[in-house]
Amino acid sequence: MDWQRANNRTWRKIKSALASGIAFISALLVIAPLGLVFFHLLVNGAGSINWDFFTKLPAPVGAVGGGMVNAIVGTLELLALAGALGIPVGVLGGVYLAEYGSARINSILRFLADVLNGIPSITWGVVVYGLVVLHFKGFSAYAGGLALGLIMIPLILRTTEEVILLVPNGYREAALALGVARWKTIVHIVMKTASKGIITGILLALARIGGETAPLLFTAFGNRFWNHSLNQPIAALPLQIFTYAISPYDDWHRQAWAGALVLVSGVFCVNVLVRILTRGRAASVV
Amino acid sequence: METPERSVMERVERPAQSAPSAEPAPPLTFQVKNLSIWYGEKRAIDNATLNIASNAVTAIIGPSGCGKSTFIRSLNRMHELVPKTRIEGTVLLQGQDLYSSTIDPAIVRRRVGMVFQKSNPFPTMSIGENVVVGLRLNGVRNQKFLNERLEKSLRMAALWDEVKDDLGKSGTSLSGGQQQRLCIARALAVEPEVLLMDEPCSALDPIATAKIEELIYELKTHYTIVTVTHNMQQAGRISDYTAFFYLGRLIEFGPTAKIFSNPSERQTEDYITGRFG
Repeated sequence: MDWQRANNRTWRKIKSALASGIAFISALLVIAPLGLVFFHLLVNGAGSINWDFFTKLPAPVGAVGGGMVNAIVGTLELLALAGALGIPVGVLGGVYLAEYGSARINSILRFLADVLNGIPSITWGVVVYGLVVLHFKGFSAYAGGLALGLIMIPLILRTTEEVILLVPNGYREAALALGVARWKTIVHIVMKTASKGIITGILLALARIGGETAPLLFTAFGNRFWNHSLNQPIAALPLQIFTYAISPYDDWHRQAWAGALVLVSGVFCVNVLVRILTRGRAASVV
Repeated sequence: METPERSVMERVERPAQSAPSAEPAPPLTFQVKNLSIWYGEKRAIDNATLNIASNAVTAIIGPSGCGKSTFIRSLNRMHELVPKTRIEGTVLLQGQDLYSSTIDPAIVRRRVGMVFQKSNPFPTMSIGENVVVGLRLNGVRNQKFLNERLEKSLRMAALWDEVKDDLGKSGTSLSGGQQQRLCIARALAVEPEVLLMDEPCSALDPIATAKIEELIYELKTHYTIVTVTHNMQQAGRISDYTAFFYLGRLIEFGPTAKIFSNPSERQTEDYITGRFG
């Protein structure tokens, strides 16, 4: 037909190539920063990673060597404390949004959770400082864990809600039609079907707060030694990196790079774990 | 198990039922009286009254949106899962009001099992786990009892010979027809008195459909079966009684042979002969 012939074939090809070219460059721009960060960390930090780094406490100013074992353990402790608060509250809240509640209450809760997700993390640090640190007159691991846990709640809540809504209604109906109680249906059928997705959400939330520094500044505070009580200030990897990076000592700068490399590797590993967990996602339901 | 209960029912119901005809009335499982159901403002069922006979297959037919599914779901209170439902009238199961405020819907559903249009074995469970999940989640722990019931239910659902060596495999690994029979076995495992089937064959090929129909025929010796179907031939083949719904109203109800050969209502005839719907 005439209108088909009139449409210049070469020009169409050029447009097509242009569009896919731009898309490809945009994709590269997305990946490039990650590559740059990893490359930079490896170049600057790999040299300082050794056995001591994972087994020794920080060396006193001026002394060479030392490590960050207290910060690594401290971050794990803080993650455990944050998880103890954020995982149950977030998961149960997500279950409530997806399974119970009226449409009106749910839309309010969902909106509030999204607002909470957007609150800058330092705000949480300040809030916990005002509510807990001042009240108990001291920085503590509990305060740090609380600040991180509060950040986790809306993250986990929203991902849990989304994966639970993905569970086809047919499974709920099938269980209810067997005379199974509502809560048992939710726990044994719905949550079990969505378990991979829920765990993925939890892991991603842990990876996200694992690197948070700001909320810990006024709460966990940091510690150059072992923390012997959760009522005391505790070291954390991001805090240690922050302290070392703004110090004037070259040796500390190198250790900060190494700490950053360990932190990013940890987050990377969690993400790989998530990928493994969600493999075959198309085949399973959620 | 149900015999004493049923005999009481018969004694109570006989006089009223046998009055119009000389034949003794068949025992009844459900007595539905003046049933109306609303979803919010929308009335899905309008003043339906019918009795469902025991150990027989009752087919519910009618065009889409006529209230068939709502009606069948009202028999085990599954329609209540939709928010803002309202009901008027009574549904008696063996003489007991299903909608009495003292009755737990979960107990109703244990007595009145259901099989759905789309087969829905639980994807996280094996074939064997799927069958006994109803018992397990209702607190049965005795492994010997569970194993017995597992085999019995699969045999009743005519699936045992096909899966007995693969009980540990995922339920979703079966074919569509096998999955649907697995769902029937799962519903039978809790030993209901009634089996509701909401278009159980509409997603199956003719061979799988024939197997399910055969199964329905065998199951009615033990269970009262109510099935929704879009397939006129199927209703004619498998059912003893047929109810025709149109726009939420029960237009006609009676023995299938009569409905299909000599319907009293014009609308029924038009629908069955394919003039509309």
